[in-house]
Amino acid sequence: MTPLLFTLLITLISVSAGLLGSLVGVGGGIIVVPALTLLMGVDIRTAIAASIISVIATSSGAASGYVRQRLTNLRLAMLLETATAAGALCGAFLAALISGRWLYLLFGLVLIYTAWSMSRKPSHAAGTLPEDPWADRLKLHTSYFDKALNQEIAYRVSRTKLGLAVSYVAGVLSGLLGIGGGVLKVPVMNLAMGIPLKVCTATSNFMIGVTAATGAAVYFTRGDVQPFIAAPVAVGVLLGAKLGSRLLGHLQSHWIRIAFVLVLLVSSLQMFLKGLR
Amino acid sequence: MNTPASTTSTSHVLRMEWIISELLRWGVFVSLVLLTVGTVLCFVRSGDYGQAGGTAADFHRLLAQHHAPPATFHATLHGILHLQGEAIILPGLLLLIATPVLRVAVSIVAFVLEKDRIFAAITTVVFLLLLLSFALGKAG
Repeated sequence: MTPLLFTLLITLISVSAGLLGSLVGVGGGIIVVPALTLLMGVDIRTAIAASIISVIATSSGAASGYVRQRLTNLRLAMLLETATAAGALCGAFLAALISGRWLYLLFGLVLIYTAWSMSRKPSHAAGTLPEDPWADRLKLHTSYFDKALNQEIAYRVSRTKLGLAVSYVAGVLSGLLGIGGGVLKVPVMNLAMGIPLKVCTATSNFMIGVTAATGAAVYFTRGDVQPFIAAPVAVGVLLGAKLGSRLLGHLQSHWIRIAFVLVLLVSSLQMFLKGLR
Repeated sequence: MNTPASTTSTSHVLRMEWIISELLRWGVFVSLVLLTVGTVLCFVRSGDYGQAGGTAADFHRLLAQHHAPPATFHATLHGILHLQGEAIILPGLLLLIATPVLRVAVSIVAFVLEKDRIFAAITTVVFLLLLLSFALGKAG
């Protein structure tokens, strides 16, 4: 392995991580961390720092495209982000008190259950959602133009309080286990709150960048962000995410659902491996 | 962006979303340029990634580095003026890290301009939580 080959390979792998991450609303960590540690022998601390950079790159690379296409529900994102940011703070403190082992196993199980419920959901959501005075008051209901269906899709937001609770838990877990909260936020927005899948992906994409930014700033000041490793990761992921943001609007929702379920299964496998180690 | 919108106060919302998306686009673009130029310079200049002729020895030396060079303003400026690759990559990474935070900050202003008090407050809470966790993370 030479520096040039490393840079080219990692850039290419990162393009795929950015593409996948921006399409399903999670950070590219599940691709970037194993590629760096298992394939290239980068130590875990440096790999995690690079992976947090990749989460921000996924978010920022796709964000302008998603905002322009009105796929991001900015109000919902900001509301849920209060819970996630508070959760992440608590999680960072709890990390000193709780051993990660059984949490990884528990979270692995939660992800398998989530994968199962996401795979059962039909693409066209049946509209029997309870009225939600919170969502009415906060004016969370809106619409987007679906390029794949070629029509304006209006949607209503339901169960805002449940969404806030799950976002808080997602924040705690990201502080505790260093995982992005996207794998929890996308399912709760889609299954419980009744939001179209593409909007969930784009809205989660906004939030993971904000949550990751504080973590990244800490790693940066500690000197864990290595230019040699983080630069090709960032460049690749930014390009991949840009590509993803062009694609998402045109894709049929069921393809995104399939990709998301696969991401959930791979993440749960990684959680089990960490817990059993 | 040229699709019909059915929400109330659409023009404000669209203008705000446009501002945010432009900000992000430029932040990301500048960061991408800095990262690419910096990386290319690291390869071109013999002192950086190619001390041993760009071989496996260089790769292992670079992996063994456990601390990034100091990113002080003075060192960075000096590095940029001398076209040192890593001195150009670091501000690129820093700008990338800053884009989501800037986005939240701009959203506060946008909600205030929209006279949306509830969301101006919600967004301010997010911003303060970000600052708080950054301050605590640095201390701990």
